Amino acid sequence: MRTPATLMTSSITARIVTLALLCLLAWLPALASAQDDDGRAVLEGLDSRSFADKAEAIEAIIQSEDERATDWLQALLDGNLQRLKEDGRLVIVVDNVGREWPVRDALTGDELGEVPRRDLDRITINNALRSQLRSALSMVELYVGDERSRLAAAEGVIGRVDDELAAALEARLEEEESDQVRHRLNQALAVHRLERGEAGAVETLYGSLNSNVRVALTRAAQSDDAQVADAARRALADIEQKLKLNRIAETLYFGLSMGSVLVLAAIGLAITFGVMGVINMAHGELIMLGAYTAWAMQQLLPGQPGLALLLAIPVGFLVSALAGIAIERGVIQFLKGRPLETLLATFGVSLILQQLVRTAISPLNRTVITPEWMSGSIAINDALSLTLNRLYVMGFALLVFAALMLVMRRTRLGLEVRAVTQNRAMARSMGIRATRVDILTFALGSGVAGLAGVALSQLTNVGPNLGQSYIIDSFMVVVFGGVGNLWGTLVAGMSLGVINQVLEPWAGAVLAKIMVLVFIILFIQKRPRGLFPQKGRAAEG
Amino acid sequence: MHWLVHPFRERSTLLFLGVLLLALTIVTLLHIAVPREQPLHVNAYTVNLFGKYLSYALLAVAVDLVWGYLGILSLGHGAFFALGGYAMGMYLMRQIGDRGVYGNPELPDFMVFLNWDSLPWYWQGFDMAWFAFLMVLLAPGLLALIFGFLAFRSRVTGVYLSIITQALTFALMLSFFRNEMGFGGNNGLTDFREILGFNLRSNDTRLGLFLASGAALALGYVVCRGIVTSKLGRVCVATRDAEARTRFLGYRVERFQLFVFVVSAMLAGVAGALYVPQVGIINPSEFAPLFSIEIVLWVALGGRATLYGAVIGAIIVNYAKTVFTGVMPDAWLFALGGLFVLVTVLLPRGVAGLLAVRVRRRRGDDDSPVNREVAA
Amino acid sequence: MNLLQSLAQRDRVFDFLVPADSPVDVRHGPILYLEDVSVSFDGFKAIDDLNLTIDNGELRCIIGPNGAGKTTMMDVITGKTRPDSGKVWFGSRHDLLTMNEPQIASLGIGRKFQKPTIFEALSVFENLELAMAADKRILPTLTARLNGEIRDRIDEMLATIGLAGLRERRAGILSHGQKQWLEIGMLLMQRPRLLLVDEPVAGMTEQEMERTAELLTGLAGRQSVVVVEHDMGFVRSIARKVTVLHQGSVLAEGSMDQVSEDPKVVEVYLGEEA
Repeated sequence: MRTPATLMTSSITARIVTLALLCLLAWLPALASAQDDDGRAVLEGLDSRSFADKAEAIEAIIQSEDERATDWLQALLDGNLQRLKEDGRLVIVVDNVGREWPVRDALTGDELGEVPRRDLDRITINNALRSQLRSALSMVELYVGDERSRLAAAEGVIGRVDDELAAALEARLEEEESDQVRHRLNQALAVHRLERGEAGAVETLYGSLNSNVRVALTRAAQSDDAQVADAARRALADIEQKLKLNRIAETLYFGLSMGSVLVLAAIGLAITFGVMGVINMAHGELIMLGAYTAWAMQQLLPGQPGLALLLAIPVGFLVSALAGIAIERGVIQFLKGRPLETLLATFGVSLILQQLVRTAISPLNRTVITPEWMSGSIAINDALSLTLNRLYVMGFALLVFAALMLVMRRTRLGLEVRAVTQNRAMARSMGIRATRVDILTFALGSGVAGLAGVALSQLTNVGPNLGQSYIIDSFMVVVFGGVGNLWGTLVAGMSLGVINQVLEPWAGAVLAKIMVLVFIILFIQKRPRGLFPQKGRAAEG
Repeated sequence: MHWLVHPFRERSTLLFLGVLLLALTIVTLLHIAVPREQPLHVNAYTVNLFGKYLSYALLAVAVDLVWGYLGILSLGHGAFFALGGYAMGMYLMRQIGDRGVYGNPELPDFMVFLNWDSLPWYWQGFDMAWFAFLMVLLAPGLLALIFGFLAFRSRVTGVYLSIITQALTFALMLSFFRNEMGFGGNNGLTDFREILGFNLRSNDTRLGLFLASGAALALGYVVCRGIVTSKLGRVCVATRDAEARTRFLGYRVERFQLFVFVVSAMLAGVAGALYVPQVGIINPSEFAPLFSIEIVLWVALGGRATLYGAVIGAIIVNYAKTVFTGVMPDAWLFALGGLFVLVTVLLPRGVAGLLAVRVRRRRGDDDSPVNREVAA
Repeated sequence: MNLLQSLAQRDRVFDFLVPADSPVDVRHGPILYLEDVSVSFDGFKAIDDLNLTIDNGELRCIIGPNGAGKTTMMDVITGKTRPDSGKVWFGSRHDLLTMNEPQIASLGIGRKFQKPTIFEALSVFENLELAMAADKRILPTLTARLNGEIRDRIDEMLATIGLAGLRERRAGILSHGQKQWLEIGMLLMQRPRLLLVDEPVAGMTEQEMERTAELLTGLAGRQSVVVVEHDMGFVRSIARKVTVLHQGSVLAEGSMDQVSEDPKVVEVYLGEEA
């Protein structure tokens, strides 16, 4: 049901509706040619020096209901509507890169080939025209777009509504079906009403994250009308609150994402260092091997980055596990009970592995492609969207953690590992082959490092220094969480990730990292056995 | 001061000092007395290089003092070395005066570049040599005191201590990379001109620095030797091998650890202060964990808990590094990595251990307290 | 008044066996007093409401099956482990729970570990030198010099523990029994008021055991000695009073004959051995 009042103010709406419908029918050539002369007349109105003339010309284009109107207006807005110097013809630049630009005739749509940019004059616009164009285009979009683009258009007009557009929007509101779009339209109208001094309009604006809404509210908060100013301030406070929540959620997400990377990097170490007591400084390089496996698999299977990445998971585990076995057999077994020497020897191994990659592959970073199903993001609301690759890595980290817990708690190997670590001699006398358990455990820890590498290849550059940058962090996580405690590693990794993200905004990335390091150094001194220490005489070692 | 005199009654110390003196004399003579065209002439570049080795040797002695005798594997001694180096660098920076690129008499070039208008408080006083040289000792000493106090009080030892010392130097490296710290950021401090009024680019100054490094090494060696042969040194060894027992004998183990750790840090600082004028630059890369762990390798290769082994190790590894990086730079990291593995697996007592076995066989006697290394 | 008394006391107690700076107040009898001490590790009660009193000059043997809390009790007394609750007093003046290991050690409590713990890289002589009662702060230690008197005292101890011939040898090359002796010698060099001795005769020959028994019983009277031991024969040979620990608290106390007839004791401990 339309009221007579809206009918009267909605003549522009009617024209836009027609325009929109015509756009839909634009493929009909007959119609197009019939209107060619009218089109030329309205279009050429734009070719003027005065912005006032151009404003009128834009109005005329809208009123002309020509089906090419959106094309023209969009081109004008983007600065792509230009005049050929030689014959004054108006053309649309298709691609404005380089010196010669491909253009097409604005009227006929004929491709005119490439034209040197110096032969073209841009039809200039000012801010007032720009906003006029945006409003017009938004209106068109509101009528003909799908839900998503209608939502974007509604979002776009917020803060740019004048009386005329307000009438058009109200008309559109009657017909709009999507609640979300209606909500945005209401907000756009409310901002308009607020600008005219209606305090009641504020109600609709609560919780909006649109920056134009905030601008309008901020302006209204300084209004002379106490009622309006007061209402606006309250709404602003509410929005501020919501923004804060969003920021917290975002920090938490990034923190957990970083934390899961730390957990992945550290969890293998938690087994070799935490459970076996072997300190492996080459752990970082085992991670690096995993990442290079992902790269190598993509080289082997060109064009199928996703499949290659999936295959890299078991292969990366194997590669790193085998490298781990080689390290255990070649170096560590000779240094039993001499942790400091083990540390030095495995550090040597890490240098060799790094240099090996530098010599054999390249000292430069390699790119590992992110498969399509891992790219993009999920939008939670206006201010918050979660990137998919981080989400996947997070899930992967939890999966690996759960699997490891299962292995340690529920399998024969886990039982034997725990037996050997608690009392080697006793375990041996009960028929457990300690050497075999050592090898398997070390292989498991190393293999997990490989998995971490495969996951990391999706987030960071894959280069010879990849491992180095994670080794100190990984040790910090294990020590912070309490040696020999997988849960501790999980909690420590996640909390360090979050702490780092919380500190970063006001301290900067480097300072945040320094602060976290200092924090851990102090923490270890306060609680040398970490967050979740093992207690009792056995732990005294 | 009996403890400081005591080393001079030992044959091994006299032998070490004799060899050092001989080496210094020979190099000096070959540099000054042999004409330039002669093949035996040692040029200024080589003197400079040897001076650098000597300051590294002092650093290695400092590390051996804590690792060999106290059992504390510090993977962060490069931090103390670098702090001493920065203290010296700040002095040398102030000596540039208005001869810098920007000609500011007060501010070093990098501060002018960063648009700073006055000298930060912690740069005050570094124009005076005595103050700067005091800071060479105090800056690393203070860091070691605070860090050691916290660590030893809560009985953080073994691998844990190693890892947090590494984290310490890593955190310092990140800090010094920041321009806001006021130490020249990435580029560090460089373009030095004079030390105590002597032109740093002249050959005579280089020879002087080389001899000063030799003297510092001799002094540092005697101090360390004095400590390890005193009763305090035996308490250190006792702590290394059976910490709980030492505690139950009534020794405040953490204080002994702290004392020796601070002494060692100061020695490392002196080494850094001698190093900087000889290489002409100090930047945050000296804080890199890799450098600190390399120092440990020098000591391991030379043989720990001997002190002279540390000197041998420092010189061997650094000579090898000079040769390798000149001939085939790619191979150096392979060689370094291989050394780590070989020394720890096959040569746990280092070169000094080999020497000691030979000496013992010839003399047929048992070990002196020095060579009683942890065989376990 | 109190101060005067303690000063007067000091004269009486101040004999050559007691370090000058630890006037342990034993006028009220006991030198060591544990009341309601409990320690738990992850819910497991290693010590549960333990009460124990050692009189000045007493030789006490403590026995009990594995896991009875013997070693943990030693840890509590020497400051290595802090109990969850309870009181531990040394004499009637020193609350041991407020002190750390070196402080407790310098008060005059010496401890021998279950596994002989000596400084293997040092010579036998140097082991005793480090143990000797002296100013154990840093600078005095750095400037300490061996004089004739110290040498004589160490040599005397070397003779007592039968290691005079091995004076300059590395302690690491000693036999297990010799290491036990060296450790006991180190304890005695501290001139302790109270010795805590954990399994002193493990790994000793019959003959060595006899000498150890002789040594320990010779100490009693002047010093208080607490011996934890598994070897029943040895305990029988030295014990005057025996305390049986079980599941972290005292099960029985009395002479060897009394406790070995106690049915509870027979059931939990001696019964298994009989």
